[in-house]
Amino acid sequence: MRRLSIAVACALLAACTSSSTPGNSGVYMLIDTSGTYREEINKAEQIIRYTLSRLDATDSFAVARIDTGSFSEKDIVAKITFDDRPSMVNQQKRQFAEQISMFVKEAKSSPYTDITGGLLQAVEFLNEKQPGKKKVLIFSDLKEDLEEGYIRDIDFDLDGFDIIALNVTKLRSDNVDPREYLARLDEWQTKVESSGGNWRVINDLDGLDGLL
Amino acid sequence: MDFLLSITPWPVLSALLWIVLIVAALYFARPTAHKLILKMGVSVQRLFRTASLSVTKAEARLADRNREVLLAAGREAKERIVEREFDRINETVRKDLANFSVLHRSLSESITRIEEDHATAVDVPPDPPGWVKAVEAVAALDSKDNRVGVGGILSNIHESMMHAHKEAMTAYRRASRKRHSLLRKMRPEWRRIQQTLDNVGKNVDSLLGRSATIDRHMQEYEDIIRGEDRAVSILSSSSLVYFFVSALVLVVAVGGATINFSLIARPMAEMVGGTNLIGGFRTADIAALVIIMVEISMGLFLMESLRITRLFPVIGALPDKTRIRMIWITFTILFLLATVEAGLAFMREVLLHDELATSAILRGDAAAVTTNEYMWITTAAQMGMGFILPFALTFVAIPLETFVHSLRTVIGLVAIGLLRVTSLLLRLLGNGARYLSVVVSQIYDLPLFIPLWWAARDAESRSSRNDSLRKVMP
Repeated sequence: MRRLSIAVACALLAACTSSSTPGNSGVYMLIDTSGTYREEINKAEQIIRYTLSRLDATDSFAVARIDTGSFSEKDIVAKITFDDRPSMVNQQKRQFAEQISMFVKEAKSSPYTDITGGLLQAVEFLNEKQPGKKKVLIFSDLKEDLEEGYIRDIDFDLDGFDIIALNVTKLRSDNVDPREYLARLDEWQTKVESSGGNWRVINDLDGLDGLL
Repeated sequence: MDFLLSITPWPVLSALLWIVLIVAALYFARPTAHKLILKMGVSVQRLFRTASLSVTKAEARLADRNREVLLAAGREAKERIVEREFDRINETVRKDLANFSVLHRSLSESITRIEEDHATAVDVPPDPPGWVKAVEAVAALDSKDNRVGVGGILSNIHESMMHAHKEAMTAYRRASRKRHSLLRKMRPEWRRIQQTLDNVGKNVDSLLGRSATIDRHMQEYEDIIRGEDRAVSILSSSSLVYFFVSALVLVVAVGGATINFSLIARPMAEMVGGTNLIGGFRTADIAALVIIMVEISMGLFLMESLRITRLFPVIGALPDKTRIRMIWITFTILFLLATVEAGLAFMREVLLHDELATSAILRGDAAAVTTNEYMWITTAAQMGMGFILPFALTFVAIPLETFVHSLRTVIGLVAIGLLRVTSLLLRLLGNGARYLSVVVSQIYDLPLFIPLWWAARDAESRSSRNDSLRKVMP
């Protein structure tokens, strides 16, 4: 009888313990600022605003630029983990949006494009936050251009990650030979899926409903 | 199968042989088989019948219990009604009897005043004018006969008499005016007496009306005590009506509670967090639900303390002082919770605006952030609802009590109905089994039609032979 009562008390305590939500999301967005893709940054701001509107309490969100060497915390433009209280969440969203606006105004074009480094940084960030769902948004043409000396031939562990490529624009060379564009997409898809992640491409920015 | 058909070289012959053998076996086993089939049918019928009887007994027991519950509930309800009627009579009598001495004094004073005024207002007849006329005649004679001496005296007497008469008349008129004035003063006294008597009459009529009501209730109460079928029937139908009406009101109350929940669940996230879960449910939702449940509980206790409902006899039996203290405590808690709800409703509106503004900013539509000047109306309405709904939910106690009390009767009636149907079904199944056994025995005879026909023919020929023998040998 005593054991039973202890078991019941334990069960009640376990039920009453406030559990951290496993249903929260973590989103990491990489923005390519290299070369001519810098001109697309206003579209990235729209996506960020949309993402902000869809995120809720205890979700995490970070926006980082892709430049010459992106595997660095310095490239994180803004990051936040939303509070549990709705009023604070709204306030945080506004502040985040302001930070992004400032970045969009002041962002400079970079000579190289280190997408892999950015992705590594994203994986590290999201693994640290341990959200229920992990999404990495890559706003880029997916054309990686590494500076000499940078080693990015690294295996990823993308198990449980959704990698979504956004606004993958066609380069001038792609127009000449579309196989280049298709090969680029295939290469990234293979890289992500072989690492255990899910790969998706969204080029129509009016149809972002399935993004999150 | 092949084995069966291979007992002779010709399968058809084998089959025929088997048929003959089977028919013969069935024919010889026929009486025993019939007996067995019919016995089985009867046994099953008895089994079902016993079960049906048992169910019928259970139904009767339940009906008795239901009747007792119904009568007890009716008795209690009648006692309450009669008690309340007596309380009202007591209140009326106490009020009137307490004022009776005042009323009596007021009436006596009014009557005394009227008597005094009446006595004062008695009409005094004026002096008879006969001798004045005689003096006038003497005065006239004297002046006609030129008798100056006597005439002068008489004239003076006449004048002084006329003067005295005038004064008497003036005094008489004054007295009359005074009497009229006194009579005028008596009118309000009469009215006051009439009004007082009317009030007394009304009170007496009210008492008579109440006594008639009590008589009626007492008659019904006696019917219930005697356990008359009419009383049970009335109570049963009333119980059903109460059940459906209270269920309807409870559904409305559930609607109110749902609205209340939606008012406070969202802002509650500000207090307990928006994403914490307890047992798979949001803590904010549970907290909002708990607040509403506490409000309903406080409402129940308040109604119990006020002796409007009697769900908890312990509260009703508390000493008056403790009970009144409890009334104040529950009311205060309810008031505080209602205030909290009003605050949360306000917070909800603020959060909603904040969220809308944030969404507008994120959409890049900053112009939409401007606040509507009439928005205070919805805010005030939400706050008002947040404050009023807890008090409105307090009254749930009344239909809840009725629902709980009538539910016992309704469940009893439903159970009786189910048992009755079960009993009927069991009886039908039993009879069905009995008739099925008869049908099966008939079906058994179907493949035996040739030997049966043969046996019947044989029996017929034997009986005709016996008849002919009887005729030959009388």
